[in-house]
Amino acid sequence: MFRLIIQYWSSVISLPSSVFGPRSLNITKTIEDWLVSVMPEGAASIVAMVLVALIYLGIFAVAGLYLVLLERKVAAWFQLRIGPNRVGPLGLLQTMADALKLVSKELTGTVKADKFLYNLAPYFVIISSLMALAVFPFTQEFQAFDINIGILFLIAISSIGVIGILLGGWSSNNKFALIGAMRSGVQTISYELSIGLSLLTMVLITGSLQLSEIVEVQKSGWLIVQGHIPAIIAFMIYMIAGTAETNRAPFDMVEAESELGAGFHTEYSGMKFAYFFLAEFINMFIIAAIATTVFFGAWLSPFGITESIPWLGVFWFLTKTLVLVFLMMWFRWTFPRLRIDQLLTLEWKYLLPINLVNIVIMALIVWLNMTIQF
Amino acid sequence: MSYFSDIYKGIKTLLNGMSVTGKYFLTSRKGAITQQYPDNRDTLKMFERFRGEVVMPHDENNEHQCTGCQKCEIACPNGSIEIIWDRGIDETTGKKKKKIDKHIYHLGLCTMCGLCIEACPTDAIVWAQNYENAVYDRTQLTKVLNEPGSKVKAGIED
Repeated sequence: MFRLIIQYWSSVISLPSSVFGPRSLNITKTIEDWLVSVMPEGAASIVAMVLVALIYLGIFAVAGLYLVLLERKVAAWFQLRIGPNRVGPLGLLQTMADALKLVSKELTGTVKADKFLYNLAPYFVIISSLMALAVFPFTQEFQAFDINIGILFLIAISSIGVIGILLGGWSSNNKFALIGAMRSGVQTISYELSIGLSLLTMVLITGSLQLSEIVEVQKSGWLIVQGHIPAIIAFMIYMIAGTAETNRAPFDMVEAESELGAGFHTEYSGMKFAYFFLAEFINMFIIAAIATTVFFGAWLSPFGITESIPWLGVFWFLTKTLVLVFLMMWFRWTFPRLRIDQLLTLEWKYLLPINLVNIVIMALIVWLNMTIQF
Repeated sequence: MSYFSDIYKGIKTLLNGMSVTGKYFLTSRKGAITQQYPDNRDTLKMFERFRGEVVMPHDENNEHQCTGCQKCEIACPNGSIEIIWDRGIDETTGKKKKKIDKHIYHLGLCTMCGLCIEACPTDAIVWAQNYENAVYDRTQLTKVLNEPGSKVKAGIED
């Protein structure tokens, strides 16, 4: 099934299909064969694509819910509390119940809001974050869309989300929402530079933007090991900028619940609010997943201990991603939030110059063959 | 050159903060400060200084320490305390003496400021640790603190 999509897209963007090699899980292969047997090949590929989209949507909607639960539990543990433990065993159904409640709520809005943009904004945010999920290599075979400009695609897609936030803030016809959206614009656009440059530092080692190729390079050592000092600096900058990109504390100037109501989503209620919320958590997963892919070898196991069992890649990928997600939660529940001028000072006076110097160092290291490889 | 030392100090203090919360995270399962209230109703003990409601302790002879001086009534900023009193004949001396008839406490009006307890010269009223004060009718929140038939403990007024 995934192979079909890859073949389809590789024909659209005219890639040699030999780049990908045989990529298909056994289960999906049977479904794909069955689809081809009951309908013409064109229809089968479209059905397969829709199926992949639905599967991804389902998995990540539920994953988002459980990330919310994880956040609440981790927050509780950091603050010496217990956290949700009432609904279901160990509180595992808490966020499901929350979602049900949100679905049943009335969708309110302001009278003079720009209705079209107002309703469009949450979908902008959630779709842009779900689209980014397509390119991640969860295992060698389990990748919906292996595009040759993977990293660029991720940076581009993740910057669309801010348009949703700006639209939401603008169309709400509410000053709090507007100020929140403006702050988000300042923040997200500033920190996008750092994200891009820190990923660019790592692209210098791999020499490729394609995610599967980046993973291939890491078979001789994860990039954070290969690039040693500049890679570690790049990773630190990436995590700081990534936290800011997802509008999480200590960079939550956007929501600013103490001085701005709820920031850009002040006027949203029920499920529309939940979309923003879900998008924030999926974005957090995406930021961690990009870091996993670029710095920590995606589905590769440490020292190749499970190389003979390829499907364990999902386990390694998720483990590494969740560790990084935990790191971001750790940031959130430790650090005090930044003022807007401190936020911009951090980006423009510290992260950006360090990043530019770091790229030069990395270029020198790659040029002089000083990378560490096993 | 403070640019680089700022970065160094920044990273150092951030890591310091993370180590503190990290310790909390690791020990939270044992040291959780949350009380799981309706579950532990039987074993839950409130703290000494908790302000639940004002009560008047009586000893085994049904005697309290309230002389009816009304200092608590005057001290109360929003009139939660009303004292209905009368003069009666004291048995031992045979003189007329101030005695409380009813010490009325409106829990519904009380803000738990504690000024009445500060003002009481004989420690007749104290804080109780009861906090389950929900009732269906607010007339139940008006309480008579002295028990029927009670009298002042001997030697309190002298």
